[in-house]
Amino acid sequence: MEAALALEDLRVELRNGVAIVEGVSISVAPGEILGLVGESGSGKTTVALALLGYCGRGVSITGGTVTVAGHRLDTADERATRRLRGRIVSYVPQDPASALNPALRIGASLRDMIDEHRDATTVVADPTATLGAVDLPSNDAFLRRFPHQLSGGQQQRVTIAVSLTCEPPLVVLDEPTTGLDVVTQARVLDELRRLRADRGLAMVYVTHDLAVVASLADRVAVMYAGRIVEEGATADVLKRPFHPYTRGLVESIPDHLHPHALQSMPGTTPGPGERPQGCAFEPRCPQRRPECVERVPPLEASATGRLVRCFAWRETPLVVLEPVPTSTSREAEALPLLRVEDLAAEHRSPRGPAVVAARGISFALARGGCTALVGESGSGKTTIARCVAGLHAPTAGQIVLDGTPLAALARGRTREERRRIQIIFQNPYDSLNPKRRIADEIARPARVLRGLSVAEARDEVAALLERVRLPARAGNRFPGELSGGERQRVAIARALAAGPDLLVCDEITSALDVSVQAAVLELLHELRRELGVAVLFISHDLGVVASIAETLLVLEHGLVCEEGATPTVLEAPAHPYTQRLLAAAPRLPDPDELGVSA
Amino acid sequence: MSRLRFARTPSGAVGLALLIAVIALALLGPFVAPNPPDEPIGVPLTGPSAGLPLGTDFLGRDVLSRVLFGGRSVLVLAGAATVLAYLLGAAVGLFAGHNRRFTDAFLMRGADIALSFPPLIFLLVLTTGLGTSVSVLVVGVALVQAPLVARIVRTATAEQAVRGFVEAAVARGERTTAIVRRELLPNVAPAIMADVGLRFTYSIILVASVNFLGLGLQPPSSDWALMISENRSGLDLNPLVILAPAALIALLTIAVNTVGDAIARSLGRSSVEAP
Repeated sequence: MEAALALEDLRVELRNGVAIVEGVSISVAPGEILGLVGESGSGKTTVALALLGYCGRGVSITGGTVTVAGHRLDTADERATRRLRGRIVSYVPQDPASALNPALRIGASLRDMIDEHRDATTVVADPTATLGAVDLPSNDAFLRRFPHQLSGGQQQRVTIAVSLTCEPPLVVLDEPTTGLDVVTQARVLDELRRLRADRGLAMVYVTHDLAVVASLADRVAVMYAGRIVEEGATADVLKRPFHPYTRGLVESIPDHLHPHALQSMPGTTPGPGERPQGCAFEPRCPQRRPECVERVPPLEASATGRLVRCFAWRETPLVVLEPVPTSTSREAEALPLLRVEDLAAEHRSPRGPAVVAARGISFALARGGCTALVGESGSGKTTIARCVAGLHAPTAGQIVLDGTPLAALARGRTREERRRIQIIFQNPYDSLNPKRRIADEIARPARVLRGLSVAEARDEVAALLERVRLPARAGNRFPGELSGGERQRVAIARALAAGPDLLVCDEITSALDVSVQAAVLELLHELRRELGVAVLFISHDLGVVASIAETLLVLEHGLVCEEGATPTVLEAPAHPYTQRLLAAAPRLPDPDELGVSA
Repeated sequence: MSRLRFARTPSGAVGLALLIAVIALALLGPFVAPNPPDEPIGVPLTGPSAGLPLGTDFLGRDVLSRVLFGGRSVLVLAGAATVLAYLLGAAVGLFAGHNRRFTDAFLMRGADIALSFPPLIFLLVLTTGLGTSVSVLVVGVALVQAPLVARIVRTATAEQAVRGFVEAAVARGERTTAIVRRELLPNVAPAIMADVGLRFTYSIILVASVNFLGLGLQPPSSDWALMISENRSGLDLNPLVILAPAALIALLTIAVNTVGDAIARSLGRSSVEAP
């Protein structure tokens, strides 16, 4: 039986000849799911698009062949390639909200695909039949809806249905669940498993999240800096990674059932054009050899059929997951650092009634402690964080710092109160002023809130850059010159410049790659240990929360549905919502659950 | 030099060259004018001749000399009006965009009311009430322009005001003026720059229109717009008396617009690129 996909030695270049992806070969058997895993800059999306014979503007496929079900897709004949897209291979994009034409009804979106291929020999069944396959109704009322009338999960299932209309043997899915919350993500993944079982569909599932593919893919290919560095059976690779990068990735994935200290890899991923001559991972690699600098290691096959691109793969140690360092258990203090009492908040809109964001929220946070607020989007967790930081005025209740009730908005609080509470935002691409140098940005809170002189602030900035492990020369840069992880470190340094007692961390790692997330969480641990700063940690990711917070509150629709010590809640959730969240959260299988040996 | 990066594009270079030429003509013209601008030296409305390359106007004055003298007033009046309009409009727009609630509604509805007057009628009423003087003209043109500036600045500011670094400043309890100056202004500058050319052009046209109607600068001042107005009846006898100042006004507006667009494009790019 011919392969559903055979990709041979793919090379994709920028117009100036710099390679984005080189030497990538993949084959997928009919009915097989391949997970293509990589972090930002690894070239995974470039490969995904190349599987459709497509590449973006200013980019071109300059080498290799793409064969899907016996058809070549890398030919220069764009018309011929277009006729094949959708019919023998189709694509499910990351963001369904922008992939569906907002002006077209669902029925029209489905018919579009068929109209495009009317001349094709494939006999196309009823365009609406595929809706049943993804568990959506195919009645007229549903077909007449517009994309904005559907939820994110429904939208993504519509794009999957569209991709299936011409019954292609292969579907390429590019991070299809990244924008969805965990419960919806779990449903979409179930749907995909069923489609594979029912229709024998082959899939390439592109993602940055190893935990997602762990439960879905038969095989994984891990990409780093434009090349595949390791490929093999999923369970096999996750249990016993041979490439040091894969090992680093596995160790940086947080797990809510068996929380472990996240270990980060030093350095950052090189982008196209910055890649070293030899192995691209060499500068970050603990087991580098002299030859790694000279040439790129070949993709070697192990006895078990695993492919590894490393000279020293036989020396890669086993994955070691250290337990989370147990923080000294804190007695219930008479006077906690922060007390939130019966807080309620709402969002006013110019039209229509106010939306209640949170109601009856009460919790206490000990000095140096860490409490997490967990919930999906819309659960009110960010609003509570903003109330604590004085950016949103609550409608009821109060926030008490060290026994003193705080004014609703930052402007009404004393300078000392503002100094003691600092907030770090979710999106590091948005939280630094693009027109100010890093040193200036970090110095500002020290000047405004601590009254330091220019010279004192300069010394403080130098010390803070060192503390968040940024080079001193970063102070002279602008935010645009830094990566996402570096920017988030700057945002942390800016918060620390005030000398705070409480850091409010609003989803601070959700915009970052897993390995970068591990490094930021490691830093946060260190700050707690060395500075004794308390953390209010807002997150949707139970694994992350398990690795950092001592207590947690689970929020649903603005109400606390469960709270308690983190391990207790995660091991024995009492509330059905918490149980649902936990069941849906993707995680790597436990080493002992894997029945495969390397 | 990074500040002149816009001049590296073809349209930026052409616009800049043209602008420098017209400004040089307006500023240096008086020093090279062969005759005094306001003394009759020949027969009125004669065509070009050896000593008078552009002929004479309706009072027999040298058109070339009047053209060389007449650019200053256009540049200075339109320039002053534009700067004043930006000071007013940007201040209103920045505070309205940052504050959003009461201030926003109050200031922006005020701007809407100001915008509902046809500009020329507004200027006519103003000069009728306050008399025809240079300062009334400048303030009047600035008042016409300021609401338009305010709207653009407000929209750009509102977009920035919800970003993390502005919220961080709010959480630090920074004063509004500090937030506007440090966090907002540098980031709305590209949007403001994109519009300067257009506003300056409009100021030139307004100043010229008011001068043409005889409600701004008074004879015997030499001014390009005034020249077009006062020589209307002589168009068939000496066309150059109208065409020369008209062409210069047109060149000035085209040059300003081209340069403004080029600057805006280069600023827009620099915010994406590493500076």
